Amino acid sequence: MSGQPQREQGTSVSSHQKRSKDELARRVAQDIHDGAYVNLGIGQPTRVANHIPAGREVILQSENGILGMGPAPAQGQEDYDLINAGKQPVTLLPGGAYFHHADSFAMMRGGHLDICVLGAFQVSATGDLANWSTGEAGAIPAVGGAMDLAIGAKQTWVMMDLLTKQGESKIVQHCSYPLTGIACVKRIYTDFATFACTPEGLQLIDAVPGLEPAELERLVGLPIRPAA
Amino acid sequence: MINKIAESVATALADVQDGATVLIGGFGTAGIPGELIDGLIAQGARELTVVNNNAGNGDTGLAALLKTGRVRKIICSFPRQADSWVFDDLYRSGQLELELVPQGNLAERLRAAGAGIGAFFCPTAYGTELARGKETREIGGRHYVLEYPIHGDVALIKAEKGDRWGNLTYRMSARNFGPVMATAARKTVATVHEVVELGALDPEAIVTPGIHVSRIVQVPRVATAAGGFKAAA
Repeated sequence: MSGQPQREQGTSVSSHQKRSKDELARRVAQDIHDGAYVNLGIGQPTRVANHIPAGREVILQSENGILGMGPAPAQGQEDYDLINAGKQPVTLLPGGAYFHHADSFAMMRGGHLDICVLGAFQVSATGDLANWSTGEAGAIPAVGGAMDLAIGAKQTWVMMDLLTKQGESKIVQHCSYPLTGIACVKRIYTDFATFACTPEGLQLIDAVPGLEPAELERLVGLPIRPAA
Repeated sequence: MINKIAESVATALADVQDGATVLIGGFGTAGIPGELIDGLIAQGARELTVVNNNAGNGDTGLAALLKTGRVRKIICSFPRQADSWVFDDLYRSGQLELELVPQGNLAERLRAAGAGIGAFFCPTAYGTELARGKETREIGGRHYVLEYPIHGDVALIKAEKGDRWGNLTYRMSARNFGPVMATAARKTVATVHEVVELGALDPEAIVTPGIHVSRIVQVPRVATAAGGFKAAA
């Protein structure tokens, strides 16, 4: 990987603990303001709903025509006419509404949602997103609402592990996987740190306690401007 | 007197032609007009282009239609699912053409067809491989991709209640593509679970006005839990 900063010899390895999946979800939820209209992507982002701080009212949108989506129903109460984007049964909160697909995506693409939180394969330092296809030969492509969500919300946040299983950074200079959208990601929440994507590259928002900036830059392999 | 109530699925679908573009409502299994898909299989039209958000689940419904080999092309946003093996095999063996469309473009291209719009510029997919070869334009500092409408010869949708004028209501998230597909096809056939007297539907609550509906068939309500996804663990 290009642009990897040199690791200083003799520095002690910083002692830090990664955010667990729930800690990461809580970290994202912390930044969602009272009264926000939010779309949570399939997978990890769904978990954010469980961590909205008490006293904040956040309205969840589901691409298949739901505003005011509630949690999963009790066992035995499932109604399969009421499902989320991941096709799991959900509930509707009092005050919730149903609408058809064109209205639902107009809501997204018209910039009416405050925040959407998505998973990703890769994000570039300037906010390009790759989250729909690995481009693998013979793989069956499927895009769903990913490209509409990525460019539609007022803010698109990504939530993901910083590193692949092989230890490579998923934050990159240029995405090697097929793009979902260009310069559309505002923030990246990871198990190590939170970043802002800017036209000038990455800026640190916060990192887990004990993680030194030099160590974080080494993990990411890109320059990171300090937190403002 | 206007009476759009059809006696049976078979009569409602009698004139679907070979080569037709068939818009099929539903997202996952919610709002899938299963009885109409089975009816289309029985009716036998061939060389179809099918438009649906997905590409069939399990071995029933849309998957069963694909399995007949009578579908030439599918236009959808999310074909790959845990149980989309029928599609997967046909696609991999080159027997089924796929046009992959971002979900919002799918909805808006249908809306455009129903609204008489010739084409529209949309920011979705700009700079990605799904916009490759398409006309683009910069408008007010933002980049857009030109998208064309998707017209249907027939739309098959699932609604909740209907009357003899063809007015429809839907149920929960089973509404999804139904209303927009109803406007985008030359002919729309809807199943309903209840046929009510004219005037019984609250005019403030009618989602699809009857002008967009050609035929209504009443079908019994069945559990929609079958197939398409695993129950939450």
